[in-house]
Amino acid sequence: MPTRAPAPTFHLSYAVERAQLANGLRLVMLPDKTSSVVAVAVYYDVGMRSEPEGRTGFAHLFEHLMFQGSASLGKTEHFTYVQGSGGVLNGSTHVDYTNYYEVLPSNATELALFLEADRMRSVALTQDNLDNQVAVVQNEIRVNVQNRPYGGFPWLQIPPVLFSSFANTHDGYGSFVDLEAATLADAQSFFDRYYAPGNAVVAVAGDIDPAQVMAWVEQHFGDIPSRAVAPPPSFAEPLLTEQKRAVVEDKLAPAPAVAIAWRTPDPADLAGFLPYVVLAEVLTDGDASRLQERLLLRDRTATSIGGYLGIMGDPLDAREPTPFLLEVHHAPDVAADTVIAAVDEEIDRLVTDGLTTEEVQRTVARMVARYLREVDPVLGRATQAAVFEQQRGRAELLNELPDLLSSVTTEQVVAAAATLRRDNRAILELRPARGES
Amino acid sequence: MTTARVLPPLAKHRVAKLPTVTDTVLDNGLRVLAVRRPGVPLVELRLRVPFAAPSGKNGMPHVARATLLADTLLSGTDRRDAKQIAVDLQTLGGQLSASTDADRLGFGGSVLSAGLPGLLHLLGELLTSASYPKREVEGERDRLVQELAINRSSAGVVAREALMARMYGDHPYAVDLPTAAAVEAVRPKHLRALHDARIAPAGSVLTLVGDISPARATALVAKALAGWTAQVTPVVTPPAPPQVGRTALLIDRPGAVQTTLRFGGAAPSREDPGFASAVLANLVFGGYFSSRWVANIREDKGYTYSPHSGIDHPPAGSRLSAGADVATGVTAPALLETLYELGRMATVPVDQAELDMARRYAIGTLALGTASQAGLAGLLSQLASSGLGVQWLRDYPKALGAVTVEDVLAAGARWFSPSVLTPVFVGDTAVVADSLRTLVELETS
Repeated sequence: MPTRAPAPTFHLSYAVERAQLANGLRLVMLPDKTSSVVAVAVYYDVGMRSEPEGRTGFAHLFEHLMFQGSASLGKTEHFTYVQGSGGVLNGSTHVDYTNYYEVLPSNATELALFLEADRMRSVALTQDNLDNQVAVVQNEIRVNVQNRPYGGFPWLQIPPVLFSSFANTHDGYGSFVDLEAATLADAQSFFDRYYAPGNAVVAVAGDIDPAQVMAWVEQHFGDIPSRAVAPPPSFAEPLLTEQKRAVVEDKLAPAPAVAIAWRTPDPADLAGFLPYVVLAEVLTDGDASRLQERLLLRDRTATSIGGYLGIMGDPLDAREPTPFLLEVHHAPDVAADTVIAAVDEEIDRLVTDGLTTEEVQRTVARMVARYLREVDPVLGRATQAAVFEQQRGRAELLNELPDLLSSVTTEQVVAAAATLRRDNRAILELRPARGES
Repeated sequence: MTTARVLPPLAKHRVAKLPTVTDTVLDNGLRVLAVRRPGVPLVELRLRVPFAAPSGKNGMPHVARATLLADTLLSGTDRRDAKQIAVDLQTLGGQLSASTDADRLGFGGSVLSAGLPGLLHLLGELLTSASYPKREVEGERDRLVQELAINRSSAGVVAREALMARMYGDHPYAVDLPTAAAVEAVRPKHLRALHDARIAPAGSVLTLVGDISPARATALVAKALAGWTAQVTPVVTPPAPPQVGRTALLIDRPGAVQTTLRFGGAAPSREDPGFASAVLANLVFGGYFSSRWVANIREDKGYTYSPHSGIDHPPAGSRLSAGADVATGVTAPALLETLYELGRMATVPVDQAELDMARRYAIGTLALGTASQAGLAGLLSQLASSGLGVQWLRDYPKALGAVTVEDVLAAGARWFSPSVLTPVFVGDTAVVADSLRTLVELETS
């Protein structure tokens, strides 16, 4: 039986409703009665790039502090109320935003909104709780970076090679010295400056009645005083004008790896940016992708290959500047330059010979399928809508993205590939350095 | 300073309708579960094939071959090569992968609804004519050897391997990952022989959940997999050995900034009348953020980032696992608190409020887990492998509702007592061994 492409019935039609409170808080609602669960996501427009010098890791530390108590809640009560209603919750810190979310049975929707409003109104901090969470974060860094092979590779290690400003290059997990230097006053001023209602988007998806949610949001968030909010700062910086290379040693890693990073165009221009998102998949998604076929199946020089946009791997949740990244793990007896040369050849071949419509279509078909799978759970929908609303003012992109991906042309992918040159990139080699501890 | 406000009460809980499962045994013996769950235009696919590992000297070669078999199942058939398979999967908007453990070979995949016939056709081709081409097998074999070296550079993997070996002795569950030497000895002929000897429809379960008509999807499966008629001699995993607390083992990781603490023991299966009590005891101990262990060694003392305990269900014997990665300098104090919290579960009744919170969490998160296509497919597939059906989604919350403080104490004494658990630690022996010895008897390696 021949394998034919399915008809492109990719258009999603989730209802999207939005509102804004007088204090500036933006609300997005995605009602869907097909399940009895709800996701609530709160996005604050501040991330690792906004940390001041001497306070690396502060945005993430502050995320931890948001679980340590607020006006009506004691330490960790946020967890006990959500989990005690049958829900799950977490928060995470990214380069341009910090999010907090709950997924719960829909009978706990108002409770979740109350809890988020309570800590948006005021965070209640003590020195004991700050000291405790500095220790917890240090253990998070130990388990995820220091005691793990390839721990910060490449997400903490390549920014200093690709970028130049403090905002873009510093370690967003934080140095232990900076973490220990953090004070309660730092936390209060960070909260005052960045956790204002006008700097946040609340998204609610799932088994909800929008009018009821609107009333609850007005009731619980409405009296949080408005505070001045500065527009998102620009972190733009010049492109590289020559190749930059660096090497890191990893005492735990048994085999080498190399990361190659270029700059993409400003993600704000979605039409100009999406061809790069497709290009990353053309190069690295599956055995039929250019680099996997070349390096894994043909040359057998690599053991794994990844290609993605954004330092943290999500192409659609970061502003300018943002990287296009290739990450190749290779055998110890293969030189990094052999891998890099093969990558260059494949990019040259793509630019010179082009690619077929069929190759782009099948690549996009799987990208669309993967995207649908991400937004099927209510949490995936709430988080996508929130970040689209916050960074692009357009939660409706949740529905439109599959069509936008499908409209990327072969010419656009080739043009994107032509900008991945040898003289405008950063290369980071990771070399094993075992037995030197 | 703002004043405290009163929390809103929970509204009436809306109980989700039980999914309707179309359950069919095909002529070839394959059981098909199909559920219509519209939402996004996708179908989730899970296939579980019995694949029990042998014990004794055949165990390690089997694990090596099974791992490589799963890694190369999609590397070619009598009609398509590896690249063509990859091209076709992308074209369908699909993904498909295979994995094995000591009990089963599993396929997991998803596809745009319109591509379901194509995905099933490919699956049938793989099941009946996977060719294990020499070049692909050799390439994947070299890659697996390197991947194993990378895995074994993680403290958590080192700890898990040692814990499984210690808990299970010569039972198949003792071997978690193959050795490099066993992998290097694998040839394509071994994979073809293993495929022919073990991959058969009888006893296998295929689960489809998504934007489908169950009747039509089942008919598509019957057509696409009609040629899968292999018959094999079933292999059954022997019962796991009874778990008794074994002496703690410390594995040296010179210079490690943390010590990896792991504990393993037995747990009741989902069918066991004491299962719901054990689940709630686990939650109270360390199974969620609002647990005693997290409150103690993370939120009070700051010794660790994410302590966690859980129950999983290998068919030959369910298992309790607990783990925390603690700063090297506080290794013994963290163990002290862990032993205290375990001992408390075994000897002191939990508070009613603590139990009720755990109960609401267990019931609520069951609903969350089945609210997506992928979540429902995964759970139905797991349940089927334990011989349980969709009715379990209704029965289990009732069982959770009936658990008392006394039940949790009994479960604590039986499953959480430090005396029935086997500890394995990975850390800097020179720094932590002496202080650990003040608390537990310790072997080192």
